[in-house]
Amino acid sequence: MAENSFEPKIMGFLCQWCSYTGADLAGTSRMQYPPNICVTRVMCSGRVDLTFVADALADGADGVLIAGCHPGDCHYSEGNFRTMRRYSMLLNLLDQFGVEKERVRLEWISASEGEKFAKVVTEMAESLKTLGPLNWKERSANYCGAL
Amino acid sequence: MVNLTVDGRKVEAEQDWTVLDAARVAGVHIPTLCHHESLPPYGACRFCTVEVTQRGRTRMHTSCTLPVKEGMVVSTASKSVHKIRRMLAELMLARCPDSEPVIKLAAELGVHESRFPYPRVGKSLKIGEDEDCIMCGMCVRICDDVMKVGALAFEGRGGLRSVTTPFHEPSEVCRLCGACESICPTGTIRQRRIADQEPREIPFEFEQGLARRKPISLLFPQAVPKVPVIDANTCMNFKTDGCKICEDNCEAGAIDHSQKDRTESVNVGAIVVATGFDMFDAEDIPRYGYGRYPNVITSLEFERLSHASGPTGGKILKKDGTTPKSVGIIHCVGSRDVNHQEYCSRVCCMYSLKFAHLVKEKTEAEVYNFYIDMRAFGKGYEEFYKRLLSEDVNFIRGKVAEVTDVAFAPEEKDKLVVVAEDTLFGMVRRIPVEMVVLSAGLKPGGDADQVAHLFSLGRGSDGFFLEKHPKLAPVDTVNDGIFVAGACQSPKDIPDSVAQGAAAGAGALSLIDRGSVVLEPITANINPDLCGGCKICVSNCSFSAVEYNPDKGVSEVHEELCKGCGTCVAGCPSGAAQQSNFEDRQILSEIKGILS
Repeated sequence: MAENSFEPKIMGFLCQWCSYTGADLAGTSRMQYPPNICVTRVMCSGRVDLTFVADALADGADGVLIAGCHPGDCHYSEGNFRTMRRYSMLLNLLDQFGVEKERVRLEWISASEGEKFAKVVTEMAESLKTLGPLNWKERSANYCGAL
Repeated sequence: MVNLTVDGRKVEAEQDWTVLDAARVAGVHIPTLCHHESLPPYGACRFCTVEVTQRGRTRMHTSCTLPVKEGMVVSTASKSVHKIRRMLAELMLARCPDSEPVIKLAAELGVHESRFPYPRVGKSLKIGEDEDCIMCGMCVRICDDVMKVGALAFEGRGGLRSVTTPFHEPSEVCRLCGACESICPTGTIRQRRIADQEPREIPFEFEQGLARRKPISLLFPQAVPKVPVIDANTCMNFKTDGCKICEDNCEAGAIDHSQKDRTESVNVGAIVVATGFDMFDAEDIPRYGYGRYPNVITSLEFERLSHASGPTGGKILKKDGTTPKSVGIIHCVGSRDVNHQEYCSRVCCMYSLKFAHLVKEKTEAEVYNFYIDMRAFGKGYEEFYKRLLSEDVNFIRGKVAEVTDVAFAPEEKDKLVVVAEDTLFGMVRRIPVEMVVLSAGLKPGGDADQVAHLFSLGRGSDGFFLEKHPKLAPVDTVNDGIFVAGACQSPKDIPDSVAQGAAAGAGALSLIDRGSVVLEPITANINPDLCGGCKICVSNCSFSAVEYNPDKGVSEVHEELCKGCGTCVAGCPSGAAQQSNFEDRQILSEIKGILS
């Protein structure tokens, strides 16, 4: 069996106060995790518009990670509750477009949980390797063709 | 000004004064029985009779009803006056031989017995038997002229004269104001007899209902401002437009019954919310007997009982007025309890120890404290607990199951039995005591949800106001400019409340003192051309920073309140809302760049 040489691209949206700092901690602690993730910083996970996720998937990401503070600990008090709500709506949407739920994950990572960040990225990379590339261009062409 | 002479002394009097007023000013004593400053003069008792010489004519007149006139010469102690007074005293004594004020006045005049027999025909109130009415008419006058009710009146003449109600029936118009009862010099009139109803006592809220107050009262000794307040629900002026005795007596002219509530608007730069707490209601735990057994009292009631300015003058007494020989103090009533409040109310252990100490100091009673843990967390607190151990206070570690009056043994008869677990002995104990004090916990104020809504305060799961950070910002809230302090934020005692108050004050001062506010550079903004007024952004904001403007039909961001989280931006369906430095197009460019 040929070795699977597919390397998934994960787009990460990390909130400034908790998850971004947590990822930083993973780095300074020299924790090993796969290089598949590229992150961008937002002030709060509540800033994450669902169109960002959609655009990321359309622009070549095979998976998206949204990470924020634990519920109750949001630096802005309730921003992550709104993320939770939007995420469940997003899952519905993905389902309708035939995109696997496992590709988009919402995780709560606090500023001290560097290890958790590394673990989550490792797990995501592995599961995306199994799922295979998203190939959005092909999928959307098929989708539109089917219409 | 009117000039007259009283007993040789020259007096300058106002136009509307009576001779009695002038005599008082001159320092001359004239005896009276039916006179009162708040009542119009009546001239019923005649004791104030004086000899008045005017324009060459001398006559006898009651000084309370005689207006002063220029050039009057008054003699209050002449032989004729004395003769009249002594005769009056004898007559009065014959009518009311047992009345204290009459006996006293007669004695002053040197009259100790009366030569007149007097068959007791006229009764003072036909509703009942009473012989001490001296017919002064003060009750009639105060009810009619001052209170403007008129439930009482004189009936009959001469020996058949009495004070009574229409048709001698219990009065339908009596307001139970108690004025007649309080003004009657002999204690003859009782509200109960006039209205056939028990008089309504106004429970004094500060004294926990253990004492009564008048409609005008000082709310509590430390009130700020320390001025009496008129309770419009019970004040007679609001019911009959009468009375106003307080206003007449106020020398400063500080009372104004026509005052109305008014709402004022004040613009401020910072707010400190220090709205306090409520006590846990001990009636919510019926098995402890509060409300059923008279000698089961709450901690606040005990505070008033033991306080020198309280209803018993600081004596620890049972409801029957005797001193208890044993007292049980139950900790954690309503606190640390899954059925009520799960948290610890922090102050109860220490005040329970204080109560134990006070009982020991003031009585010979045996004291039992029923506790779960002894929370003596502050400065000197543990040392105080140790002291109580040496004062022979009994400490029983265990939860109290119930307080009952059902006796299982002779020593429990007529006592309150506290049934409690004793975990250190490993058994259930029944301790008979004569008084039980329930150390009730603290809970958020009854209107906490309204206050929280008003000031955009969060509330924790326990209902107390949420601070910005439990360790690093205990007096700040998520909304800049609004601070919390004291027990409304969490149960705490006085030193901690004071410290928080100072901290909140300092926070507020530093804000308004600066003269300017530093803004985040990453605030949100809304393009009014794109905004459709859906208000999704308003509901998304935890900081009340976005407000819908009904005049413009769009929502607007208050930059000074915006924290820069961007949650409103993510929710905006039209893209009208954007966050500076985290705009949609900026993030989308990042995504494109990263993934290419």
